[in-house]
Amino acid sequence: MSGVLSGLNAWVLQRASAVYLLLFIIIMPTSILYLEIDNFNAWKSFVLSPFVAVSWILFFVSLLAHAWVGIRDVVIDYIHPFSIRLVLLSLIALYLIAMMIWALRFLLLHVGVGA
Amino acid sequence: MLKQKRPVFLNLWQIQFPVTAIMSIMHRLTGVLLLLAIPFFIYALQLSLESETGFKAVFQFFDSAVIKLGMVLLIWSLLHHLLAGVRYLLLDIDMGIERQQAKVTAWLVIISAFVLVLLLVGVCL
Repeated sequence: MSGVLSGLNAWVLQRASAVYLLLFIIIMPTSILYLEIDNFNAWKSFVLSPFVAVSWILFFVSLLAHAWVGIRDVVIDYIHPFSIRLVLLSLIALYLIAMMIWALRFLLLHVGVGA
Repeated sequence: MLKQKRPVFLNLWQIQFPVTAIMSIMHRLTGVLLLLAIPFFIYALQLSLESETGFKAVFQFFDSAVIKLGMVLLIWSLLHHLLAGVRYLLLDIDMGIERQQAKVTAWLVIISAFVLVLLLVGVCL
């Protein structure tokens, strides 16, 4: 169970993604409030403007990395039988990858079309 | 390897956890909760960007009291997770590492998350 995403690598990834997520979760809602975005057109052109769209994509990538390292730690701590652990971690990995493809797909599709 | 018979006492209802442990368990629980909330969040984001109707549908969705309650739980989870996370990041750079300080900051995390979510509910009502 050791690979690229374990040990010190996982530790660093967990912290780096945490910092990005923290900044995003503070700055994004603040920007929405500050810019007084309250209707569909303003919202769409805001989210899909290149800079904001990229920050959303980075948000989802960070979320994937952060969630994976975190849930992996939790599963390894509490689920001891190796086979159950392997199945559970595989299902969670599939779940997270599916979520990220879903999110990135519609973000990238929309960005191409424009607001 | 030497294996000694040592007493094991793991009755979860009788063990007294220090506040730092409680905060840590809550950090894990809220993390799992947030993980499960990801698809709902992505769906809402997608809907809100798809069309005018979708955008309005997301807001209408929040009219239900059950959904509002669920949102409060999720926002509390997020706040607790963020604050506890910041505490861990500070611990990583040796800030608040003393036992007494660590206890105080653990309380601070737990209380602040509740206070912030109450403030948010107050503002939104």
